[in-house]
Amino acid sequence: MAAPASVETYSRLHAVLRARDFAVTCELATADSANPAAVYRHARVLAGKVDAVNCTDNSAAHPHLSSQAAAHFLTDCGVEPIVQLGCRDRNRIGLQADLLGAAALGARNVVLMTGDDASAGDHPETRSVWDLDSLHAIRIARILRDEGTYLSGRRLESAPLYLIGAVENPFAPPFGVRPRRLRSKVEAGAEFVQTQICFNPPRLREFMARAGDLGVLDDLPVLVGVYIPRSARSVRYLGEQVPGIDVPETIITRFESRPRDEQAEEGFRLALELVYAVREIPGVAGVHLMSIGGTAAIVRLIEELGLLPRPAPDEPDQRPARSRQDADRLS
Amino acid sequence: MSALVAAVERAVKRPIWGCRMCGQCVLHATGLTCAMTCPKNMRNGPCGGVLQNGHCEVEPHRRCTWVQAWQRSARLPLWREQIAQLRPPVDWRLEGTSSWENLLTGRDRHVPAGWAATQRPMS
Repeated sequence: MAAPASVETYSRLHAVLRARDFAVTCELATADSANPAAVYRHARVLAGKVDAVNCTDNSAAHPHLSSQAAAHFLTDCGVEPIVQLGCRDRNRIGLQADLLGAAALGARNVVLMTGDDASAGDHPETRSVWDLDSLHAIRIARILRDEGTYLSGRRLESAPLYLIGAVENPFAPPFGVRPRRLRSKVEAGAEFVQTQICFNPPRLREFMARAGDLGVLDDLPVLVGVYIPRSARSVRYLGEQVPGIDVPETIITRFESRPRDEQAEEGFRLALELVYAVREIPGVAGVHLMSIGGTAAIVRLIEELGLLPRPAPDEPDQRPARSRQDADRLS
Repeated sequence: MSALVAAVERAVKRPIWGCRMCGQCVLHATGLTCAMTCPKNMRNGPCGGVLQNGHCEVEPHRRCTWVQAWQRSARLPLWREQIAQLRPPVDWRLEGTSSWENLLTGRDRHVPAGWAATQRPMS
Protein backbone atom coordinates (compact mmCIF):
# COMPACT_ATOMS: atom_id res chain seq x y z
CA MET A 1 0.00 0.00 0.00
CA ALA A 2 1.40 3.33 -1.05
CA ALA A 3 0.26 5.40 1.91
CA PRO A 4 2.95 6.39 4.40
CA ALA A 5 3.04 4.73 7.80
CA SER A 6 0.29 6.35 9.81
CA VAL A 7 1.37 9.08 12.16
CA GLU A 8 -2.07 9.44 13.59
CA THR A 9 -3.28 7.42 16.55
CA TYR A 10 -6.67 6.30 15.42
CA SER A 11 -7.99 4.74 18.59
CA ARG A 12 -7.37 3.79 22.18
CA LEU A 13 -6.54 0.26 21.02
CA HIS A 14 -4.05 1.75 18.57
CA ALA A 15 -2.35 3.63 21.40
CA VAL A 16 -2.17 0.49 23.56
CA LEU A 17 -0.66 -1.51 20.69
CA ARG A 18 1.82 1.24 19.87
CA ALA A 19 2.94 1.38 23.49
CA ARG A 20 3.48 -2.40 23.25
CA ASP A 21 1.24 -2.99 26.25
CA PHE A 22 -0.29 -6.48 26.26
CA ALA A 23 -3.66 -5.76 24.66
CA VAL A 24 -6.96 -7.29 25.70
CA THR A 25 -9.99 -7.31 23.45
CA CYS A 26 -13.10 -9.42 23.63
CA GLU A 27 -16.19 -10.27 21.72
CA LEU A 28 -19.53 -8.66 22.53
CA ALA A 29 -22.35 -11.13 23.09
CA THR A 30 -24.70 -10.98 20.12
CA ALA A 31 -27.98 -9.12 20.58
CA ASP A 32 -31.25 -10.42 19.17
CA SER A 33 -33.08 -7.30 20.12
CA ALA A 34 -34.07 -3.88 18.85
CA ASN A 35 -33.45 -2.45 22.31
CA PRO A 36 -30.07 -0.80 23.03
CA ALA A 37 -30.29 -2.25 26.56
CA ALA A 38 -29.21 -5.58 25.08
CA VAL A 39 -25.82 -3.99 24.37
CA TYR A 40 -25.65 -1.68 27.40
CA ARG A 41 -26.07 -4.66 29.74
CA HIS A 42 -22.75 -6.15 28.55
CA ALA A 43 -21.01 -2.84 27.89
CA ARG A 44 -21.36 -1.73 31.51
CA VAL A 45 -19.70 -4.93 32.72
CA LEU A 46 -16.83 -4.58 30.24
CA ALA A 47 -16.17 -0.84 30.71
CA GLY A 48 -12.63 -0.28 31.90
CA LYS A 49 -11.78 -4.00 31.75
CA VAL A 50 -10.75 -4.36 28.10
CA ASP A 51 -9.06 -2.13 25.52
CA ALA A 52 -11.73 -2.65 22.88
CA VAL A 53 -14.71 -4.86 22.15
CA ASN A 54 -15.54 -6.60 18.86
CA CYS A 55 -19.03 -6.12 17.51
CA THR A 56 -19.60 -9.21 15.41
CA ASP A 57 -21.25 -9.12 12.01
CA ASN A 58 -24.02 -11.73 11.87
CA SER A 59 -21.63 -14.27 13.33
CA ALA A 60 -21.98 -17.92 12.38
CA ALA A 61 -24.35 -16.71 9.64
CA HIS A 62 -27.13 -15.88 12.10
CA PRO A 63 -28.69 -12.41 11.89
CA HIS A 64 -28.24 -10.19 14.96
CA LEU A 65 -28.30 -6.49 15.82
CA SER A 66 -25.91 -4.86 13.33
CA SER A 67 -22.27 -4.36 14.24
CA GLN A 68 -22.40 -0.63 13.50
CA ALA A 69 -25.37 -0.07 15.80
CA ALA A 70 -23.83 -2.20 18.56
CA ALA A 71 -20.60 -0.23 18.22
CA HIS A 72 -22.46 3.01 18.67
CA PHE A 73 -24.14 1.76 21.85
CA LEU A 74 -20.75 0.66 23.21
CA THR A 75 -19.37 4.17 22.79
CA ASP A 76 -22.36 5.42 24.81
CA CYS A 77 -20.93 3.41 27.71
CA GLY A 78 -17.33 4.51 27.21
CA VAL A 79 -16.31 1.19 25.67
CA GLU A 80 -14.25 1.34 22.49
CA PRO A 81 -15.72 -0.77 19.70
CA ILE A 82 -14.11 -2.77 16.91
CA VAL A 83 -16.59 -3.09 14.06
CA GLN A 84 -16.47 -6.37 12.19
CA LEU A 85 -17.57 -6.34 8.58
CA GLY A 86 -17.72 -9.43 6.39
CA CYS A 87 -18.23 -10.09 2.69
CA ARG A 88 -21.17 -12.51 2.86
CA ASP A 89 -23.92 -9.96 3.40
CA ARG A 90 -22.72 -6.90 1.47
CA ASN A 91 -21.26 -6.01 -1.88
CA ARG A 92 -18.66 -3.28 -2.46
CA ILE A 93 -21.30 -0.58 -2.34
CA GLY A 94 -22.72 -1.80 0.95
CA LEU A 95 -19.28 -2.28 2.46
CA GLN A 96 -18.26 1.30 1.78
CA ALA A 97 -21.55 2.63 3.12
CA ASP A 98 -21.11 0.59 6.30
CA LEU A 99 -17.49 1.68 6.76
CA LEU A 100 -18.53 5.32 6.52
CA GLY A 101 -21.52 4.72 8.75
CA ALA A 102 -19.47 2.93 11.39
CA ALA A 103 -16.87 5.68 11.45
CA ALA A 104 -19.52 8.39 11.60
CA LEU A 105 -21.16 6.60 14.54
CA GLY A 106 -17.89 6.72 16.45
CA ALA A 107 -16.06 3.49 15.58
CA ARG A 108 -12.29 3.94 15.47
CA ASN A 109 -11.40 0.31 14.72
CA VAL A 110 -12.68 -1.97 11.98
CA VAL A 111 -11.94 -5.59 11.18
CA LEU A 112 -12.57 -6.92 7.69
CA MET A 113 -13.19 -10.60 7.06
CA THR A 114 -14.61 -13.02 4.53
CA GLY A 115 -17.30 -14.41 6.84
CA ASP A 116 -18.86 -17.78 7.52
CA ASP A 117 -20.87 -19.45 4.82
CA ALA A 118 -24.63 -19.20 5.13
CA SER A 119 -24.84 -22.97 5.42
CA ALA A 120 -23.51 -22.58 8.99
CA GLY A 121 -26.49 -20.46 10.01
CA ASP A 122 -30.23 -20.51 10.44
CA HIS A 123 -31.00 -19.11 6.97
CA PRO A 124 -29.14 -21.64 4.82
CA GLU A 125 -31.55 -21.06 1.95
CA THR A 126 -30.34 -17.48 1.41
CA ARG A 127 -28.20 -16.16 -1.43
CA SER A 128 -24.81 -14.94 -0.21
CA VAL A 129 -23.07 -12.01 -1.87
CA TRP A 130 -19.33 -12.87 -2.12
CA ASP A 131 -18.64 -9.87 -4.34
CA LEU A 132 -15.34 -9.26 -2.55
CA ASP A 133 -12.89 -11.31 -0.52
CA SER A 134 -11.30 -10.25 2.76
CA LEU A 135 -8.21 -8.79 1.09
CA HIS A 136 -10.37 -6.63 -1.16
CA ALA A 137 -12.34 -5.44 1.85
CA ILE A 138 -9.17 -4.51 3.74
CA ARG A 139 -7.80 -2.60 0.76
CA ILE A 140 -11.09 -0.77 0.24
CA ALA A 141 -11.14 0.32 3.91
CA ARG A 142 -7.65 1.68 3.29
CA ILE A 143 -8.69 3.49 0.12
CA LEU A 144 -11.54 5.27 1.94
CA ARG A 145 -9.23 6.35 4.74
CA ASP A 146 -5.94 7.09 3.00
CA GLU A 147 -7.00 8.15 -0.48
CA GLY A 148 -10.13 9.89 0.76
CA THR A 149 -12.12 8.38 -2.09
CA TYR A 150 -14.48 5.54 -2.77
CA LEU A 151 -13.21 2.51 -4.65
CA SER A 152 -14.55 4.19 -7.79
CA GLY A 153 -12.25 7.15 -7.21
CA ARG A 154 -15.10 9.53 -6.30
CA ARG A 155 -13.96 11.91 -3.55
CA LEU A 156 -15.29 11.79 -0.02
CA GLU A 157 -16.15 15.01 1.72
CA SER A 158 -14.54 13.68 4.88
CA ALA A 159 -12.54 10.46 5.09
CA PRO A 160 -13.23 7.90 7.82
CA LEU A 161 -10.53 7.50 10.46
CA TYR A 162 -10.09 4.05 11.88
CA LEU A 163 -7.47 1.44 12.61
CA ILE A 164 -7.78 -1.41 10.11
CA GLY A 165 -7.73 -4.99 11.30
CA ALA A 166 -7.88 -8.43 9.74
CA VAL A 167 -8.44 -11.93 11.00
CA GLU A 168 -6.35 -15.00 10.28
CA ASN A 169 -6.71 -18.66 11.12
CA PRO A 170 -3.36 -20.32 11.90
CA PHE A 171 -5.26 -23.50 12.81
CA ALA A 172 -6.78 -24.29 9.40
CA PRO A 173 -5.05 -25.83 6.39
CA PRO A 174 -3.06 -25.08 4.35
CA PHE A 175 -0.86 -24.42 7.40
CA GLY A 176 2.23 -23.49 5.40
CA VAL A 177 0.28 -20.84 3.51
CA ARG A 178 -1.21 -19.09 6.54
CA PRO A 179 1.88 -16.97 7.37
CA ARG A 180 2.08 -15.85 3.74
CA ARG A 181 -1.61 -15.04 3.81
CA LEU A 182 -0.95 -12.91 6.89
CA ARG A 183 1.66 -11.04 4.88
CA SER A 184 -0.84 -10.53 2.05
CA LYS A 185 -3.27 -9.01 4.53
CA VAL A 186 -0.62 -6.57 5.72
CA GLU A 187 0.18 -5.68 2.13
CA ALA A 188 -3.51 -5.10 1.50
CA GLY A 189 -3.57 -2.66 4.42
CA ALA A 190 -4.17 -4.51 7.70
CA GLU A 191 -2.64 -2.89 10.79
CA PHE A 192 -3.52 -5.50 13.40
CA VAL A 193 -4.77 -9.06 13.37
CA GLN A 194 -7.05 -11.12 15.57
CA THR A 195 -6.76 -14.90 15.22
CA GLN A 196 -9.30 -17.67 15.27
CA ILE A 197 -9.74 -19.42 18.63
CA CYS A 198 -6.53 -21.13 19.74
CA PHE A 199 -6.63 -24.54 21.42
CA ASN A 200 -3.26 -25.50 19.98
CA PRO A 201 -0.36 -23.27 21.16
CA PRO A 202 2.35 -25.38 19.42
CA ARG A 203 0.61 -24.77 16.08
CA LEU A 204 0.43 -21.06 16.88
CA ARG A 205 4.12 -20.98 17.79
CA GLU A 206 5.01 -22.49 14.41
CA PHE A 207 2.78 -19.99 12.61
CA MET A 208 4.28 -17.04 14.45
CA ALA A 209 7.82 -18.25 13.79
CA ARG A 210 7.18 -18.50 10.05
CA ALA A 211 5.42 -15.12 10.01
CA GLY A 212 8.42 -13.70 11.85
CA ASP A 213 10.75 -15.17 9.22
CA LEU A 214 8.74 -13.36 6.56
CA GLY A 215 9.18 -10.10 8.47
CA VAL A 216 5.43 -9.72 8.88
CA LEU A 217 5.44 -9.27 12.64
CA ASP A 218 7.75 -6.25 12.81
CA ASP A 219 4.85 -3.88 12.46
CA LEU A 220 1.84 -6.08 12.99
CA PRO A 221 0.33 -6.75 16.42
CA VAL A 222 -1.26 -10.20 16.60
CA LEU A 223 -4.04 -10.77 19.13
CA VAL A 224 -4.71 -14.44 19.75
CA GLY A 225 -8.26 -15.72 20.12
CA VAL A 226 -8.92 -17.50 23.42
CA TYR A 227 -12.26 -19.09 24.20
CA ILE A 228 -13.62 -19.76 27.67
CA PRO A 229 -15.60 -23.00 27.34
CA ARG A 230 -18.39 -23.74 29.77
CA SER A 231 -18.91 -27.45 29.12
CA ALA A 232 -17.58 -30.52 27.34
CA ARG A 233 -20.49 -30.15 24.97
CA SER A 234 -19.52 -26.62 23.91
CA VAL A 235 -15.94 -27.71 23.22
CA ARG A 236 -17.07 -30.68 21.18
CA TYR A 237 -19.50 -28.48 19.28
CA LEU A 238 -16.73 -26.03 18.35
CA GLY A 239 -14.47 -28.82 17.14
CA GLU A 240 -17.12 -30.64 15.16
CA GLN A 241 -19.56 -28.01 13.97
CA VAL A 242 -17.59 -24.80 13.50
CA PRO A 243 -15.41 -24.97 10.39
CA GLY A 244 -11.82 -23.90 10.92
CA ILE A 245 -11.61 -24.53 14.66
CA ASP A 246 -9.09 -27.16 15.66
CA VAL A 247 -9.86 -28.76 19.02
CA PRO A 248 -7.25 -31.42 19.84
CA GLU A 249 -8.74 -34.67 21.14
CA THR A 250 -6.77 -34.30 24.41
CA ILE A 251 -8.80 -31.19 25.24
CA ILE A 252 -12.10 -32.94 24.67
CA THR A 253 -11.11 -35.91 26.84
CA ARG A 254 -9.88 -33.55 29.51
CA PHE A 255 -13.38 -32.06 29.74
CA GLU A 256 -15.28 -35.28 29.44
CA SER A 257 -13.34 -36.82 32.33
CA ARG A 258 -14.87 -34.15 34.60
CA PRO A 259 -18.33 -34.29 36.15
CA ARG A 260 -20.72 -31.85 34.54
CA ASP A 261 -20.83 -29.42 37.46
CA GLU A 262 -17.05 -29.01 37.34
CA GLN A 263 -16.76 -28.46 33.59
CA ALA A 264 -17.27 -24.69 33.67
CA GLU A 265 -14.42 -24.35 36.16
CA GLU A 266 -12.29 -26.63 34.00
CA GLY A 267 -13.03 -24.37 31.02
CA PHE A 268 -11.94 -21.35 32.99
CA ARG A 269 -8.67 -23.07 33.99
CA LEU A 270 -8.08 -24.09 30.36
CA ALA A 271 -8.54 -20.50 29.17
CA LEU A 272 -6.08 -19.31 31.83
CA GLU A 273 -3.51 -21.88 30.72
CA LEU A 274 -3.98 -20.93 27.08
CA VAL A 275 -3.43 -17.24 27.76
CA TYR A 276 -0.27 -18.03 29.75
CA ALA A 277 0.94 -20.26 26.91
CA VAL A 278 0.25 -17.87 24.04
CA ARG A 279 1.63 -14.77 25.72
CA GLU A 280 5.04 -16.48 25.86
CA ILE A 281 5.10 -16.83 22.08
CA PRO A 282 7.21 -14.12 20.41
CA GLY A 283 5.12 -11.64 18.46
CA VAL A 284 1.89 -12.16 20.39
CA ALA A 285 0.71 -8.65 21.24
CA GLY A 286 -2.42 -9.52 23.15
CA VAL A 287 -5.45 -11.74 23.46
CA HIS A 288 -8.95 -11.63 22.08
CA LEU A 289 -11.35 -13.30 24.50
CA MET A 290 -14.56 -15.07 23.61
CA SER A 291 -17.25 -16.78 25.64
CA ILE A 292 -20.78 -17.58 24.59
CA GLY A 293 -22.93 -15.14 26.54
CA GLY A 294 -20.43 -15.10 29.38
CA THR A 295 -19.30 -11.52 29.83
CA ALA A 296 -18.74 -12.19 33.53
CA ALA A 297 -16.36 -15.05 32.73
CA ILE A 298 -14.33 -12.74 30.49
CA VAL A 299 -13.99 -10.13 33.23
CA ARG A 300 -13.09 -12.78 35.80
CA LEU A 301 -10.37 -14.14 33.49
CA ILE A 302 -8.87 -10.69 33.00
CA GLU A 303 -8.85 -10.13 36.77
CA GLU A 304 -7.27 -13.51 37.43
CA LEU A 305 -4.59 -12.84 34.83
CA GLY A 306 -3.60 -9.63 36.60
CA LEU A 307 -4.31 -7.56 33.49
CA LEU A 308 -6.10 -4.82 35.41
CA PRO A 309 -6.08 -1.92 35.47
CA ARG A 310 -5.96 -1.48 31.71
CA PRO A 311 -3.45 1.10 30.51
CA ALA A 312 -4.89 4.58 30.05
CA PRO A 313 -3.19 5.90 26.95
CA ASP A 314 -2.70 9.61 26.85
CA GLU A 315 -5.37 10.95 24.55
CA PRO A 316 -6.11 14.64 24.75
CA ASP A 317 -9.16 14.25 22.53
CA GLN A 318 -10.91 11.03 21.57
CA ARG A 319 -11.77 12.54 18.21
CA PRO A 320 -8.95 12.25 15.67
CA ALA A 321 -7.60 15.47 14.22
CA ARG A 322 -9.39 15.48 10.91
CA SER A 323 -12.87 14.92 12.28
CA ARG A 324 -12.15 17.42 15.03
CA GLN A 325 -11.54 20.07 12.40
CA ASP A 326 -14.63 19.01 10.55
CA ALA A 327 -16.75 19.19 13.68
CA ASP A 328 -15.39 22.65 14.50
CA ARG A 329 -16.06 23.78 10.98
CA LEU A 330 -19.61 22.50 11.07
CA SER A 331 -20.47 23.90 14.47
CA MET B 1 -17.56 -13.17 -33.14
CA SER B 2 -17.14 -12.52 -29.38
CA ALA B 3 -19.84 -15.05 -28.65
CA LEU B 4 -18.08 -17.63 -30.78
CA VAL B 5 -14.73 -17.08 -29.03
CA ALA B 6 -16.45 -17.36 -25.66
CA ALA B 7 -18.14 -20.59 -26.73
CA VAL B 8 -14.80 -22.07 -27.80
CA GLU B 9 -13.14 -20.96 -24.56
CA ARG B 10 -15.92 -22.46 -22.50
CA ALA B 11 -15.76 -25.73 -24.44
CA VAL B 12 -12.03 -26.00 -23.80
CA LYS B 13 -11.76 -24.77 -20.21
CA ARG B 14 -14.94 -26.08 -18.63
CA PRO B 15 -14.08 -29.79 -18.92
CA ILE B 16 -10.43 -29.33 -17.93
CA TRP B 17 -10.56 -26.81 -15.09
CA GLY B 18 -14.24 -26.45 -14.26
CA CYS B 19 -13.96 -22.90 -15.67
CA ARG B 20 -16.77 -20.54 -14.59
CA MET B 21 -16.13 -18.00 -17.38
CA CYS B 22 -15.43 -15.05 -15.09
CA GLY B 23 -13.85 -13.38 -18.10
CA GLN B 24 -10.71 -12.34 -16.19
CA CYS B 25 -8.80 -15.58 -16.01
CA VAL B 26 -6.10 -16.03 -13.36
CA LEU B 27 -5.47 -19.76 -13.89
CA HIS B 28 -1.76 -19.21 -14.48
CA ALA B 29 -1.41 -17.58 -11.04
CA THR B 30 -3.30 -20.30 -9.20
CA GLY B 31 -1.50 -23.43 -10.34
CA LEU B 32 -4.14 -23.89 -13.04
CA THR B 33 -6.92 -24.07 -10.46
CA CYS B 34 -10.06 -22.05 -11.23
CA ALA B 35 -10.47 -19.59 -8.32
CA MET B 36 -14.15 -19.23 -9.12
CA THR B 37 -14.82 -22.83 -8.11
CA CYS B 38 -14.48 -21.53 -4.53
CA PRO B 39 -18.05 -21.14 -3.21
CA LYS B 40 -17.04 -17.83 -1.60
CA ASN B 41 -15.44 -16.53 -4.82
CA MET B 42 -12.13 -16.06 -3.02
CA ARG B 43 -9.64 -14.54 -5.46
CA ASN B 44 -6.69 -14.26 -3.10
CA GLY B 45 -6.35 -17.40 -1.03
CA PRO B 46 -8.22 -19.68 1.36
CA CYS B 47 -10.82 -18.48 3.84
CA GLY B 48 -10.53 -19.39 7.52
CA GLY B 49 -13.08 -22.19 7.34
CA VAL B 50 -10.96 -24.86 5.67
CA LEU B 51 -11.60 -28.19 7.40
CA GLN B 52 -8.78 -30.05 9.12
CA ASN B 53 -8.60 -32.52 6.23
CA GLY B 54 -8.06 -29.65 3.76
CA HIS B 55 -11.60 -29.85 2.43
CA CYS B 56 -14.05 -27.03 1.72
CA GLU B 57 -16.40 -26.02 4.56
CA VAL B 58 -19.25 -25.38 2.12
CA GLU B 59 -18.75 -28.50 -0.01
CA PRO B 60 -17.07 -30.89 2.44
CA HIS B 61 -16.86 -33.70 -0.12
CA ARG B 62 -14.13 -31.90 -2.05
CA ARG B 63 -10.77 -30.28 -1.40
CA CYS B 64 -10.52 -26.54 -0.81
CA THR B 65 -9.86 -24.73 -4.08
CA TRP B 66 -7.01 -22.80 -2.50
CA VAL B 67 -5.39 -25.78 -0.81
CA GLN B 68 -5.23 -27.24 -4.29
CA ALA B 69 -4.10 -23.98 -5.89
CA TRP B 70 -1.14 -23.56 -3.55
CA GLN B 71 -0.05 -27.17 -4.00
CA ARG B 72 -0.28 -27.04 -7.77
CA SER B 73 1.30 -23.62 -8.03
CA ALA B 74 4.39 -24.88 -6.19
CA ARG B 75 4.78 -27.54 -8.88
CA LEU B 76 4.52 -25.14 -11.82
CA PRO B 77 7.76 -24.22 -13.55
CA LEU B 78 6.42 -20.72 -14.22
CA TRP B 79 4.38 -18.02 -12.48
CA ARG B 80 4.96 -19.58 -9.06
CA GLU B 81 5.20 -16.29 -7.21
CA GLN B 82 2.08 -14.85 -8.80
CA ILE B 83 -0.20 -16.73 -6.44
CA ALA B 84 0.73 -14.35 -3.60
CA GLN B 85 0.04 -11.19 -5.60
CA LEU B 86 -3.09 -9.23 -4.75
CA ARG B 87 -5.74 -9.74 -7.40
CA PRO B 88 -8.33 -6.93 -7.65
CA PRO B 89 -12.06 -7.37 -7.07
CA VAL B 90 -13.86 -9.23 -9.84
CA ASP B 91 -15.46 -7.17 -12.59
CA TRP B 92 -18.76 -9.03 -12.75
CA ARG B 93 -19.65 -7.38 -16.05
CA LEU B 94 -17.14 -9.68 -17.71
CA GLU B 95 -18.84 -12.84 -16.48
CA GLY B 96 -19.65 -15.06 -19.47
CA THR B 97 -17.31 -13.22 -21.82
CA SER B 98 -14.08 -14.63 -23.22
CA SER B 99 -11.05 -14.00 -21.05
CA TRP B 100 -8.88 -14.56 -24.13
CA GLU B 101 -10.51 -11.64 -25.85
CA ASN B 102 -10.36 -9.53 -22.67
CA LEU B 103 -6.65 -10.30 -22.35
CA LEU B 104 -5.96 -9.20 -25.93
CA THR B 105 -7.97 -6.00 -25.61
CA GLY B 106 -6.61 -5.27 -22.12
CA ARG B 107 -10.17 -5.11 -20.82
CA ASP B 108 -9.34 -7.54 -18.00
CA ARG B 109 -6.76 -5.16 -16.59
CA HIS B 110 -9.20 -2.31 -15.94
CA VAL B 111 -9.53 -1.60 -12.21
CA PRO B 112 -11.58 1.11 -10.48
CA ALA B 113 -9.75 4.43 -10.09
CA GLY B 114 -9.55 4.11 -6.30
CA TRP B 115 -7.93 0.71 -6.59
CA ALA B 116 -5.49 1.98 -9.25
CA ALA B 117 -4.47 4.81 -6.91
CA THR B 118 -3.13 2.26 -4.42
CA GLN B 119 -0.98 0.62 -7.07
CA ARG B 120 1.34 3.56 -7.65
CA PRO B 121 4.93 3.07 -6.55
CA MET B 122 5.69 3.18 -2.83
CA SER B 123 6.52 6.69 -1.70
